[in-house]
Amino acid sequence: MNRKEIQIPNFLKKAFSGRNAVISIPYIWLLVLFLLPFIFVLKISLAEPILAIPPYTSFFKWGESWLPTIQASLDSYLFLFSDSLYINAYLSSLKIAIISTILTLIIGYAIAYSVAKAPTRWRGVLLMLVILPFWTSFLIRVYAWIGILKTEGLLNLALISIGIIDKPLTIMNTDLAVYIGIVYSYLPFMILPLYANLEKMDMSLLEAAADLGCRPLKTFWTVTIPLSLPGILAGCFLVFIPVMGEFVIPDLLGGTNTLMIGKVLWTEFFYNRDWPVASAVAIILLALLVVPIMFYQKSQEKASHEKVWQLQYLCLSRRIFISVYSYYSTDIV
Amino acid sequence: MTVWGGFSTKWYVELMHNQGIKDAAWVTIKVAFISSTVATALGTIAGLVMTRFGNFRGRTLFSGMIYAPMVMPEVIIGLSILLMFVALSINRGVFTITLAHITFSMCYVAVIIQSRMSSYDDSINEAALDLGCTPFHTFRLITLPIIMPAVVSGWLLSFTLSLDDLVIASFASGPGSTTLPMKIYSMVRLGVTPEINAVSTILVGLVTLGVIAASIIGRRQKNTN
Repeated sequence: MNRKEIQIPNFLKKAFSGRNAVISIPYIWLLVLFLLPFIFVLKISLAEPILAIPPYTSFFKWGESWLPTIQASLDSYLFLFSDSLYINAYLSSLKIAIISTILTLIIGYAIAYSVAKAPTRWRGVLLMLVILPFWTSFLIRVYAWIGILKTEGLLNLALISIGIIDKPLTIMNTDLAVYIGIVYSYLPFMILPLYANLEKMDMSLLEAAADLGCRPLKTFWTVTIPLSLPGILAGCFLVFIPVMGEFVIPDLLGGTNTLMIGKVLWTEFFYNRDWPVASAVAIILLALLVVPIMFYQKSQEKASHEKVWQLQYLCLSRRIFISVYSYYSTDIV
Repeated sequence: MTVWGGFSTKWYVELMHNQGIKDAAWVTIKVAFISSTVATALGTIAGLVMTRFGNFRGRTLFSGMIYAPMVMPEVIIGLSILLMFVALSINRGVFTITLAHITFSMCYVAVIIQSRMSSYDDSINEAALDLGCTPFHTFRLITLPIIMPAVVSGWLLSFTLSLDDLVIASFASGPGSTTLPMKIYSMVRLGVTPEINAVSTILVGLVTLGVIAASIIGRRQKNTN
């Protein structure tokens, strides 16, 4: 009896320190490899570009006194705001992200609605068709669109052969091709949260509205849309945030005129080797996205306490997984 | 301009002799295998911490670091991790790509584990602890076998994330460590060739096989449950 009483505090103590050790493993990993890098981005965005390896001035300068002096300049930021290229790139990314989010919402809503209204035995198959493309590489799917959209591509050949057009359309290397690529790539992220929401909707509410003399279109605007708002918000976050920084689609499908901030960052970094400006571009993009990202985190955290997620095997590709996940836990916001 | 001129396996043969692609494929598989294994271990711990450790100091920051990498544009993640490697003068190569992939993959694993744990019956853990099992043994003998399907799917997800990644790998890699997506990307930049289509076909085929395998494992797991 006595021995046991002595042992308990020891065991608790041990468990307590073990607990902290367990927490610290992933915590320290993420601190060092996810959070700490942003401090370096911030630091380098305040440096000046020089022709050296690495191509920026150091933050601390060791002078005669024992304390180093800090060399920081806001030149990169001033440069971003003085050159219209960067402001235009942010605005253009914002425009492309907003328009493609709206397009995906309209198309995604129509698809999600019809899947949710389909007979139960068809729903699984239809959902699989939505997710199926995501089992292949993203890069290869974007590459496949080149074959469809180019001047002598499948789309033009088909349109010419059935006689709709005489001359091939120029779609490749235009903003239109970028919109097509983005809407295609991000559509499932919109469909799945919307579907999850619409599927759970209480149909008796719609019947009640109809009984009380509400026309179908008005019922849709005043009942269906407000009830599916959480799904709409989840889908829009999942499309809007990543599209803002999208690089691969505008680079491969867009033309020289297609201006997107992800592409500008890539060019500054890899081709111009202006690391301070690339860092400043990243910092400002991050500042623009921090609020939507925090909203997203909050909604996901709330959701994770509510529903069981079962479709583990269905989702084998990046980001689609989040959608499938939120599909089973959409009581968010 | 490429025109359809009949069936041929010429490009697949060409592919077999392309040392660059073979090297890139090897690097990709190595990185994917190591990063998914480490990410699964770290992500599983992180998922358990999120669900079973209650409120601890810095929990909000922790969950922020788990969710943010999933929506944050890849160019930002790639640039930031690269700048850190440069500032700490760590030589870039296979090792740095692996570190970067572990970091973003573990977040996905953590969320999978977290969602699995939300339906986990706590009383079996309490029973084991009551009967004198240590926390570690409870995890190894009780918790881990139960959440194993989620762990396996976390590993598969990490593996495909790593196979598919172009942007982060481009930033984190150094000279001599080109992954397959990087190789395909540079080939596409130079122009569309049947060789790229051949690589793409092989990759799509491999992924199809993987998906079929995963769904068979999944079905079996469901049946035994």
